Amino acid sequence: MGSTAEVTTERPAPVAGAWLHGVVRDIEPATLAMIVGMDGGPVRAVPAAGLIAVVSAAPLDEYGEESLRRNLEDLVWLERAARAHHAVVETLARQGPVVPARLATVHSGDDGVAASLAARRAELVATLDRLTGRGEWGVKGYLVPGATRVNAEATSAGGVGTAYLRRRRAQLTAREEHQQVASVAADAVHAALCEVAVAGRRHAPQDRRLSGAPTPMVLNGAYLVDVSALSRFTDLLGQLGGRHLGVRLELTGPWPAYSFVADRPDLDGAVGESR
Amino acid sequence: MTATLAPNSADDSLAYRPVALVDLLDRVLATGVVISGDITLSIADVDLVRISLRALVASVGALASPENT
Repeated sequence: MGSTAEVTTERPAPVAGAWLHGVVRDIEPATLAMIVGMDGGPVRAVPAAGLIAVVSAAPLDEYGEESLRRNLEDLVWLERAARAHHAVVETLARQGPVVPARLATVHSGDDGVAASLAARRAELVATLDRLTGRGEWGVKGYLVPGATRVNAEATSAGGVGTAYLRRRRAQLTAREEHQQVASVAADAVHAALCEVAVAGRRHAPQDRRLSGAPTPMVLNGAYLVDVSALSRFTDLLGQLGGRHLGVRLELTGPWPAYSFVADRPDLDGAVGESR
Repeated sequence: MTATLAPNSADDSLAYRPVALVDLLDRVLATGVVISGDITLSIADVDLVRISLRALVASVGALASPENT
């Protein structure tokens, strides 16, 4: 008996840290075993303080401080990591409320994870309570050029140069006006959506080099919405789109509540956190 | 897995597309840190987010057409 237990491995395993995906109240071990983590292996639970942290093994040669710093600047690595992390968090979110961890939250060991949970237990429990039965939805608004009437027509009086300058000035003014109209519309849309949502906040508008959007983004909102209020929220979004023709609105989601776990006690009902 | 960014998912809401990377990064990077990892922490409040996004913009900028400002 037990004669085969003494298996020695050739190489010592690399020292592994713990990449935190998120915190849940509880989860079936069978469910966890089916979730693929950062490196293709299953994620595991680190129970502490009556909560469960879901972590991936994070070998420190890839996820240690030096490596992380370098890897985060590598677009291919960053995308793979973001998608792998998101896949775990999204699966957790389908089982129940989860407090997602920010990308690249790595502890050098399970003890550190457990200590964090213990230290922030009250806040985590409150956040889990607040997220129960709710989902995050994203609403992006893009400027629609030409949707609002502005004085862009140039008169033909004067020479060619004058006409050009006048036309150019009119174009610039028109662009500014479009921008302004769209920006006011974005504020109005955000305020209206916050009325139906439990909470709303605005992320910085996305860089067009990243989004590939043809026109500037004027709204990058995130809204925490009760499941029961979802149809009201989407109906309202449709109405707002019809009311504000200077802005094209796009809905994304549902997302795990990434945008609503910030450690600000006044987050509930917080409105209009500007870029 | 490719080095390019996924297209903006919401432009065609009927087709299934993976989440746009840029939307994902808004969330996984810019959210508040509730549980700071010790390793992440030492990397910095000197903003992980800004460091990596700067690199991201730079690497995507190389791919993007120059008229996009």
